[in-house]
Amino acid sequence: MNRYIIAVLVQNQFGVLNRVTSMFRRRQFNIDTLTVSETESPDYSRITVRFHGDPRTKQQLVEQLYKLPVVTAVEDMEPEESVCRELLLIKMENDPSSRSDILAAVEAYEAKSVDYTRDSIVIQLTGDTRRIDTFINLMRDYHILEICRTGVVALERGSRTIRDEIS
Amino acid sequence: MILSGADIVVRTLIEQGCEVVFGYPGGQIINVYDSLYKYQDELRHVLTAHEQGATHAADGYARATGRVGVVIATSGPGATNLVTGIATAFLDSVPMVVVTGNVPTHQIGTDSFQEIDITGITLPITKHNYFVGAVEELADTIREAFQLAMSGRPGPVLVDIPKDIQIARCEYEPGIPVTPDTPRPAKDVRIQEAAQCINDAQRPFIYFGGGLVTSGAQKELLELADLVDAPIGCSLMGVSALPTDTPRFLGMQGMHGHYASSMAMHHADCIIALGGRFNDRVTGNRFKFATAAKIVHIDVDGSELSKNVVAAHALRGDVRLTLQKLLPLIRPTRRPQWQEVVEGFRAQEAAEVSPAGLTPKNAILTLNRYLNENTPVATDVGQHQMWAAQTLTFRRCRRFLSSGGLGTMGFGMGAAIGAQMGTGERTVLITGDGSFGMNLTELATAVTNKVPLVILLLNNGVLGMVRQWQTLFFDKHYSSTILERKTDFVRLAEAFGAQGEAVDTLEGLDAALGRAFDAQGPYLIDCAIGKDELVLPMLPPGGSMDDIIVKVGD
Repeated sequence: MNRYIIAVLVQNQFGVLNRVTSMFRRRQFNIDTLTVSETESPDYSRITVRFHGDPRTKQQLVEQLYKLPVVTAVEDMEPEESVCRELLLIKMENDPSSRSDILAAVEAYEAKSVDYTRDSIVIQLTGDTRRIDTFINLMRDYHILEICRTGVVALERGSRTIRDEIS
Repeated sequence: MILSGADIVVRTLIEQGCEVVFGYPGGQIINVYDSLYKYQDELRHVLTAHEQGATHAADGYARATGRVGVVIATSGPGATNLVTGIATAFLDSVPMVVVTGNVPTHQIGTDSFQEIDITGITLPITKHNYFVGAVEELADTIREAFQLAMSGRPGPVLVDIPKDIQIARCEYEPGIPVTPDTPRPAKDVRIQEAAQCINDAQRPFIYFGGGLVTSGAQKELLELADLVDAPIGCSLMGVSALPTDTPRFLGMQGMHGHYASSMAMHHADCIIALGGRFNDRVTGNRFKFATAAKIVHIDVDGSELSKNVVAAHALRGDVRLTLQKLLPLIRPTRRPQWQEVVEGFRAQEAAEVSPAGLTPKNAILTLNRYLNENTPVATDVGQHQMWAAQTLTFRRCRRFLSSGGLGTMGFGMGAAIGAQMGTGERTVLITGDGSFGMNLTELATAVTNKVPLVILLLNNGVLGMVRQWQTLFFDKHYSSTILERKTDFVRLAEAFGAQGEAVDTLEGLDAALGRAFDAQGPYLIDCAIGKDELVLPMLPPGGSMDDIIVKVGD
């Protein structure tokens, strides 16, 4: 099983996300994360989807995306050629026995504590998926109250953009 | 000129070259029907008995003519009744534009009377759909719908129009008929690689599906077959694409295909697939399918390449244009050894003796004598459909109309009516008592419109195809497949205002067909056949061509 990140430029219209996710559901693609955002142009939105499967699955997913008239461009975000990030917010119990360990980890990861109360600490961390995963793993030694993460966003390295895909 | 949305709908349909629409009125489409009334001299509306019948009629019209079929229906149940017909067209890549009315914009989302989210419901069974939010967008949206329906791999497109948008007025500027996206051949480098593979083959086989018909690549296909000395087979969707007596043509292959066609495909070392999608009815168990073969797959829809079977050479492009570039690269080669093998399969197939009397096969052979080259033949779904696909003879493309991908029982009545209206030819429907029961209410449409329609009802009193599976794989547990209904189909036809007669001998059928082909309007022949007749050959589900059942012991 490989993991893939695909960026999809879609027309910025009502209901487009539903068309894309409906296709994923119908064909049973294994989607790990999906983000939707505005872009540099009001005409387009950008969907970034991370999923797992074999190369044929990826090929199928890309081809099926291209069949949707609302899809303008599809770009395979290869790890070497792109910058991929997600954002984590994690709420930890603020217990005197674990506090210093948690804050040491925050410092080591260059994370930030963005909310601090008597009972809880909210930590913010940005990074690629692996970095986020390992940080969460580390936190499992303590009491995690709540986790929220954005899912991956990705851009190609260098001056190329997904709009170069539009032919 | 300033027109209402409803007028714009009708004017745009006329502008796009639409001659006939099939539909059913209702509260939220009543304004469009008022416009249809106004423009009745320019656009014919055919009222069906049920919205499903309208979709099948538009579908049959499109299959027989190659033009876009158009359906109009109201919101709510009118719209949901379209779903099976839209899905049927989607699975068989039939160009169709569906116009539905909906409740006024301010009521959308409030679960008002006969409100339904038809764009949501049809999302996975349309190429695309539209909810029109402003009257200014209406004309262009309908034009875009036609363009999408025809382009690339054709399919249905739905346009949902709230009632207030039908009432609102705006400037309408007449347009010209849209044209499909310009077809393009596959990439040169892919074509060159494929040519190499074909030139290296010892046992090439050409398999085609409905995409060949859409592309109109028959001439190129035959040239290729002659160059490489290959037998030709097709899926159900390709049945009338070539004249049945084309020398290299072995007919339909697959689950109920001709023995020689299936076996030749199975033993090939190179399968050249043209506009087909290797459906499971084509391949059987796809992991055991033609294991020795390298597959050269040409299709306009890139998502079909390596979807079901892995293509050694995947060529995304229009079949005809791609073949035109491929042909000069093919070395003319005789392959006598391979031809000998194929002839062996043919001889085995020909050696099967068919019994005399009123068997399904003999019934269709008798029917063949009454068909001229222009006669469209629609079917429903089940045993009769397979017997028809195996036994009918065709001389002209787009004359066999059958629900392949979705396998929609009840497809035939509407499809036959639509095909008749599209071609102006007397049309034949081959159906079974199960399928006919699903949409026989369209007899009313056929009678009202004086449609010259010969209905050959192969009546075995059972749901034959499911029963066949029960016979072969479920220890003859005939669960819910024995109909034994008391329906008198002749009197039923008469009650609808049609003619009909029942036959139980081959001679009787022959005479009845003579009367049916002379009749005005629809004529039903209730033809009794045995309930234990099987469709053979049969590829058992999950099996490969090695498991093909040719004969079942008594």
